[in-house]
Amino acid sequence: MKMQTSEMKLDGNAIAGLLGEIFAVEMTTARGTCASCGAVNEVGRVEVYVHAPGTVVRCPACEAVLMRIVRGRGRYWLDLTGVRCLEFAEG
Amino acid sequence: MRDTHRLMGFISRGFKGRRRDTASSSRLPPGQYLVNDFPVLSAGPTPRANLDQWTFSIEGEIDEPKRWTWKELIALPADTVTRDIHCVTKWSKFDTTWKGVSVDTLMEGVETAAEYMTAFSDGGYTTNLPLEDVMDGKAWVAYEFDGQPLHPEHGGPARLLVPHLYFWKSAKWVRGIKLEKEQHPGFWESNGYHLYGDPWREQRYWGD
Amino acid sequence: MWPGHLAGQHVDVRLTAEDGYQAERSYSIASPPEDRWVALTVERLDDGEVSPYLVGELKVGDKVELRGPIGGHFVWRGADDRPLLLVAGGSGVVPLMAMLRHRSSAPHKAPARVLYSSRTLADIIYREEIDRLVAANDGLSVTHTLTREKPAGWSGYTRRVDAAMVKEVAWPKAQAPAVFVCGPTPFVEAAADLLVGLDYDPLWIKTERFGATGGPGG
Repeated sequence: MKMQTSEMKLDGNAIAGLLGEIFAVEMTTARGTCASCGAVNEVGRVEVYVHAPGTVVRCPACEAVLMRIVRGRGRYWLDLTGVRCLEFAEG
Repeated sequence: MRDTHRLMGFISRGFKGRRRDTASSSRLPPGQYLVNDFPVLSAGPTPRANLDQWTFSIEGEIDEPKRWTWKELIALPADTVTRDIHCVTKWSKFDTTWKGVSVDTLMEGVETAAEYMTAFSDGGYTTNLPLEDVMDGKAWVAYEFDGQPLHPEHGGPARLLVPHLYFWKSAKWVRGIKLEKEQHPGFWESNGYHLYGDPWREQRYWGD
Repeated sequence: MWPGHLAGQHVDVRLTAEDGYQAERSYSIASPPEDRWVALTVERLDDGEVSPYLVGELKVGDKVELRGPIGGHFVWRGADDRPLLLVAGGSGVVPLMAMLRHRSSAPHKAPARVLYSSRTLADIIYREEIDRLVAANDGLSVTHTLTREKPAGWSGYTRRVDAAMVKEVAWPKAQAPAVFVCGPTPFVEAAADLLVGLDYDPLWIKTERFGATGGPGG
């Protein structure tokens, strides 16, 4: 079963605003380690799917889910379990 | 008002947005608007299935798992149904036509103590449902939309179709259902979306 | 108060209708940091929800709700003296234009090459301004390619970006350039793959994928 490039795929730049709200600092230069394959990438380089009930962020190397972000009724639900470690500079 | 918007109060003069019919239609669940196109939503790359290797299975709390190849599935008696569908992202589409095999047909002869199930798909997506919500004419494994083979972007070759619940429960690229004694929240249900998802009670998120 | 921005950043625009319905889109900032006004270049999409409003309805004096500037990964600072390669597909040229405008007022200009793919001549955004920037003869070269038209007298390419074109236009890998690629996802991925095929280090290449709405947010 093959996966193909979808036009719906964006990159971490597309969630710069959303992550900036959640983390209070610019996050596209943050570096995340994929909990699945260990690849380290700047958030600006990861795969992002925004056309969904929530935002899904995937590892560009292995496509595993790095983050899930749902927003509704004045709340965020954030799953970062796909990221073993997130490194970013102080604001 | 059922939904809150941050910074309510700022109105963009003259902005109307896409044509949306939110007028009191008893066919529209609360908070929804009607669309004429068919929006594509996706949480990942579109899987492209190889029909020679594709199977649909019923697993879990079952004595002997059942499995159908693609050819076997489409040879089963099928229904053509027309239903309204409602996405949790607020769009609804009336009178969508699907062809597929009723889950009742797939579950024929199955004895199980399970009260729940998880549908699982290519690409890793899962969604959970009470078993009774996919029985008695409420759900299908659908492989045609609008008289055409279901397009991969909309979940083809086959997707689960459960129109009485929010459409995230109608798992795209479905490959089977796992029968379970306990409920296990699926991909979205474990991350903020409602465990059951009844659009008529506007059960979008946890706590609704 | 606008805090200032970097070339390559974007803003998120949010529109709210009277019944509370909201639509949000991202738009790259077209103006360089030194400009007095923040400029967005918006392409009107016929079946769009936000762009027809911004292009057709918005009047001088109207207020727009926006969040920004946003972005730290896809930015270029004038002090970066590496040779610059900008690859644009369609409306992906907008953030790259902010970079070119910023470059033109930088005291020491890094040499820059641009490869800009458009459908037709009429689709080339900022065409005259780009010609003027090139005419300044300060180390900028711009190569256009059209994918759906072959106008009479056209001196650019007339095909989709491919390996041969990239090889002719891009800096030799020994130059270790800073590369920015922007446009629709398939364009960006094809172009980035071609550059890696020239032995470019993937870390030199920064990409911003635009979605169907013509902006970074999809």
